[in-house]
Amino acid sequence: MKGNEALAEAAVIAGCRYFFGYPITPQNEVPAYFAMRLPQVGGTFIQAESEIAAINMVFGAAAAGARVMTSSSSPGISLKQEGISYMAGAELPAVVVNMMRGGPGLGNIAGSQADYFQATKGGGHGDYRLIVLAPNSVQELADLTVLAFDLADRYRMICMILGDGFLGQMSEPLVLPEPTGLKFDKSEWILDGAKGRKPHIVRSLRLRPEDALEKLNLKLQEKYREIMQHETRSEEYNTADAEYLLVGFGISSRLLKSAVQALKSQGVKAGLFRPITLWPFPSRELAACAQGKKKVLVVEMNAGQMVEDVRLAVNGSVPVDFLGRMGGMTPEIESITERIKSYAA
Amino acid sequence: MQLDTKEKLREKTVFSPTPSLNRRPHHYCAGCGHGIVHRLLAELIDELGIPQKTVLIAPVGCGVLAFFYINVDGCEAAHGRVPAVATGLKRVNPENIVIAYQGDGDLLAIGTAETIHTANRGENITVVFINNALYGMTGGQMAPTSLVGQKTKTSPYGRSAAEAGYPIRACELIDTLEAPVFIERTSVHSVKHIIRTKKALKKGLKNQMENRGYSFIEVLSMCPTGWGMKPVSATEWIEKQMVPYYPLGNFRDR
Repeated sequence: MKGNEALAEAAVIAGCRYFFGYPITPQNEVPAYFAMRLPQVGGTFIQAESEIAAINMVFGAAAAGARVMTSSSSPGISLKQEGISYMAGAELPAVVVNMMRGGPGLGNIAGSQADYFQATKGGGHGDYRLIVLAPNSVQELADLTVLAFDLADRYRMICMILGDGFLGQMSEPLVLPEPTGLKFDKSEWILDGAKGRKPHIVRSLRLRPEDALEKLNLKLQEKYREIMQHETRSEEYNTADAEYLLVGFGISSRLLKSAVQALKSQGVKAGLFRPITLWPFPSRELAACAQGKKKVLVVEMNAGQMVEDVRLAVNGSVPVDFLGRMGGMTPEIESITERIKSYAA
Repeated sequence: MQLDTKEKLREKTVFSPTPSLNRRPHHYCAGCGHGIVHRLLAELIDELGIPQKTVLIAPVGCGVLAFFYINVDGCEAAHGRVPAVATGLKRVNPENIVIAYQGDGDLLAIGTAETIHTANRGENITVVFINNALYGMTGGQMAPTSLVGQKTKTSPYGRSAAEAGYPIRACELIDTLEAPVFIERTSVHSVKHIIRTKKALKKGLKNQMENRGYSFIEVLSMCPTGWGMKPVSATEWIEKQMVPYYPLGNFRDR
């Protein structure tokens, strides 16, 4: 199944019945799939007049208590940032998908990883976070989509799937995920008419900075700390006796796995560490994994974004190098293996 | 006998506050029209028996705290995005009565796209548009509805049509679309017009209750503080300056 379609079907499996989006390449299969699929399951698809309208429809549907999704690609995600910030302030759950393409600006439509900063450091205004999941296969894209709805509902916040144009476009064998069956009680805050209860108000507006707004922020930060404690996810490959550690997320981790195998056949011991959650970043796991390695090489399809979090995680205990391609270009496996071999020379 | 009747009359409740209007001091300036429209909406919510069904979406602008005054489920929306948020809420819970409450900057400047497309989709919601010809909350800047020659903070020499174009007539704009079922412009500058406003708002809410589709009610509303006038002069300014440019009346009632 194609990545973008697997993602959409997984969302339906997770109970998503509302999708609001706007056309942009390379994620057009997502809204097209929902437009076909949601009427079959009693859901609603709207092609919004803009990315901004789409994220605000998501705001409304989330406030009404529904499982809801929007997807886009880099320039469209930039347009959604205001709404994402409002949803963080109002503590509304939803899943937002970014199938990244080359930037800045209109850029191109090839896969890219240049929105790492935007996704993990807060692309909109104010102190807030998103849970960011970075799948590297069609199977994982579907599995993490189901997880994303549970995480969003559990923590009342946006969970972002950070994929890229390649992942969305490629076809791979897929076992459709099962629904988790987890239920989250939203009756304390949703807007569905104040029947037999006091009215609810969904808002981020807190006009008194000295108590109300700081209180909201303290509550959010406490939630984020809890997530950092419990929700980091990562994967290791061949790291136990490795001398060199490659670090990459999403689609570029696939190249790194091939690089590890190529290096092995050439007698060089290298391993791979792959963060699956980009926020919360698996710092403790990475620090432990990097211990005793001669060097860490971070490979990304950007100018060097996640490498900053890798440096913070290892905190000077191991030297960290970076290799990247930009503008929708993909690093070549040979350039990765050559870089690693140059450390030994 | 006569005395008894008189006493009975004295005891009879002839007026009481409507329950859906919260009895708390509001933040609006003296002579502002928002309070009047809030009360009309609260009265109608009670008269139509929908306080347990209504969801009110407040805009960014002077109406930003509307959900503190009207005692129903309330929702915030980013500036201009009220109709998009209303769309999301209504599509999930079609049995709710969704009121999109907006000002002129919200509805006709930053949120023009949402306004047009929500109307064009014929969303089954009721839009209440408060037109006071400037941005009140931010201190009186020029709005898309400021009149030609009107002095505001950002048109200190008077709005120039050559520089800023002409004020936009929302009802007429929406009247070009197929989907809307009800479009009317009213005012709250006199008792007569307040009664007409209530009637139009009632129609807009009933349309939604009967699943008839999109209703749009524009209300010309006083902003004495923003206009630099006393409240009475502000009502006269609506009559003499605004009404000639923004004709009152019904544009569509299907």
